[in-house]
Amino acid sequence: MNAASKTLFDKVWDNHVVAVEEDETLLYVDRCLIHEGSRHTFDTLHERGLTVAHPDKVFAFSDHYIPTDPQARARGVSSVPDPEIRNMIELLTSNTAEYGIAKYGWGDEQQGILHVAGPELGLSQPGIVLVGADSHTSTHGAFGNISFGIGSSETTHVVATQTIWQRRPGTLRITIDGALGFGVTAKDIILAIIAKIGIGGAIGYSIEYSGSAIKRMSMNERMTICNMSIEAGGKAGLVAPDDTTYQFLNGRPFAPKGKAWDEALAYWRTLPSDPGAKFSKEVTIDAGRVVPMVTWGTNPEQSLPITDRVPDPAQEPDVEKRTEFNKALAYMDLKPGMPLTDIAVDRVFIGSCTNSRIDDIRAAAAVAKLGHAVVPAWVVPGSESVKRQAEAEGLDRVFTEAGFEWRGAGCSLCTALNGDQLKPGERCGSTSNRNFQGRQGPGGRTHLMSPAMAAAAALRGHLVDVRELARN
Amino acid sequence: MDAFTTLTGIAVPLSEANIDTNQICPTRFNKVPRGPRFAQVLLHDRRFNADGSEKPDFILNQEPYRKAVIAVAGRNFGVGSSRETAVFGIITFGIRAVIAPNFGDIFFSNSLKNGMLPVRLPAETVDLLMQQLLNERGAQMTVDLSSQTVTGPDGKTYHFDVEPLSKKRLLKGLDEIEHTLEYGDAIKRFEQGHAKAQPWLVS
Repeated sequence: MNAASKTLFDKVWDNHVVAVEEDETLLYVDRCLIHEGSRHTFDTLHERGLTVAHPDKVFAFSDHYIPTDPQARARGVSSVPDPEIRNMIELLTSNTAEYGIAKYGWGDEQQGILHVAGPELGLSQPGIVLVGADSHTSTHGAFGNISFGIGSSETTHVVATQTIWQRRPGTLRITIDGALGFGVTAKDIILAIIAKIGIGGAIGYSIEYSGSAIKRMSMNERMTICNMSIEAGGKAGLVAPDDTTYQFLNGRPFAPKGKAWDEALAYWRTLPSDPGAKFSKEVTIDAGRVVPMVTWGTNPEQSLPITDRVPDPAQEPDVEKRTEFNKALAYMDLKPGMPLTDIAVDRVFIGSCTNSRIDDIRAAAAVAKLGHAVVPAWVVPGSESVKRQAEAEGLDRVFTEAGFEWRGAGCSLCTALNGDQLKPGERCGSTSNRNFQGRQGPGGRTHLMSPAMAAAAALRGHLVDVRELARN
Repeated sequence: MDAFTTLTGIAVPLSEANIDTNQICPTRFNKVPRGPRFAQVLLHDRRFNADGSEKPDFILNQEPYRKAVIAVAGRNFGVGSSRETAVFGIITFGIRAVIAPNFGDIFFSNSLKNGMLPVRLPAETVDLLMQQLLNERGAQMTVDLSSQTVTGPDGKTYHFDVEPLSKKRLLKGLDEIEHTLEYGDAIKRFEQGHAKAQPWLVS
């Protein structure tokens, strides 16, 4: 191996080292994304009288708490019935105004989920270090940068100093070769990866996704993959920048223009991992063998091909796993051995920072067109921009004619913060990223899947292999 | 931040894997300002029924575990969301150290920033300690940061690794932002070089 061979991660990391002390590195942060939930950060800034070092490097989005019901949206912030939720939305406005931070909030044309609207604005660029006050910040690594989620203390540190202390993680390369089969999506690939390596499988590692399947993916698909890196415990998830990346970025509001674009492009082209660069760990996936996936349990590694059956804990040799399976089945109220396609759903949610981009909406609409929803089904675009694009293509009408509800942009039913939530015991087919207990509301039950699979579940009222529907 | 030196007291066995941050702090409590209310937030939906009454079966609702200061848990503790409210819940309840085979990365960092010590021990050691705690209700343990040891109910000590800078900060309760601001000149110099190398990032 050439000693100078570096991975993409190494190149970006080494380019951001301000200082090293003991085993920790003080890394420079190019961009910090926040949302209404960042109230604890501002509380600390106030208590301690701290200033924001570079307000122009901090970007705020209204997403977690904003209502997605179009009528509530039209009525305005003052009409949000829960005073604590309203307070969170208002605090973002007053706090960002106080410190001169750009905000994409209620009523703004660019409002949306920070991991959907941020990339649309061109904020996520190759080679940068980007942090966000949300664990799914790994999404932005799809552009070939180091992006990761941080807590409120670290956010306070970043906005006060423009830096963050980090221990260097290991590097894990996941190579995904082969062609995706009919009806198989980026979501199925990442669920298959997490099923293979486990929810703790990438703890302590930064992932680089590579291989022919990744090469062929659109930026939206790459973002879906990188988004769920955290569900395998990964520090970050990166994809090498290439022409697909540059085409996506070119012309976006925060993308470099003119001569600066040419300079940036020349630099970005130096970033991909060098041939022969050494990774601490390697995993490979054959994309051609992946089929549409659904989760059956209470964490994202508990997933199976839709053609499979609910696992029988009695067949599980590992005692600890057997206990986990039993607990998960009890919470999910499922019988061992039942076909996954026998699982009836009460609701369907198409949205979240994993699957609410235009490609996702199109994929769901293509299935919705084939019938009529038999259970309440929501489509929540990830940003106002996605919403406008979908409406320009007439997709909103496809959904409403098929009995789906077309809503405003936000996190909505993924995280149950804005009032959109499941009732106890309700079961939801969801395109989001976490099927943890109570994630979509106390007592709620979540099955994760792709947008096409979720739309298919809405038409049938139970989990179904979308390939059967689409073939007919 | 409160310093962490040595801690002795009741250790509660949370005998399961994958206790994610959604369970530790259900999302709807993220909007609560930091304060005493967080003692109730910890593992809320596991501890309380929908009407607010306690679930008597849950271990934290039983004596003497209401006074636990240490928790021993299964693998992947704190995976999931970046919510620091998960750490607020644990600390406000009174627990200052969690021992597990591994932790969600963001939760691990969040703990250190709040004077809560996440201790990584090999899975076999955690199993052993868990068994002892399950066999002897209310058993005490000690976590000593300066010697980097955990003392189990049986009196045996186990070494754990901790990053030197984190150890220094925790032992003295150092404020990280003040510490970083001492690097002010280095940050300025970096910014100038960075702006020259990648001018398109300067808006």
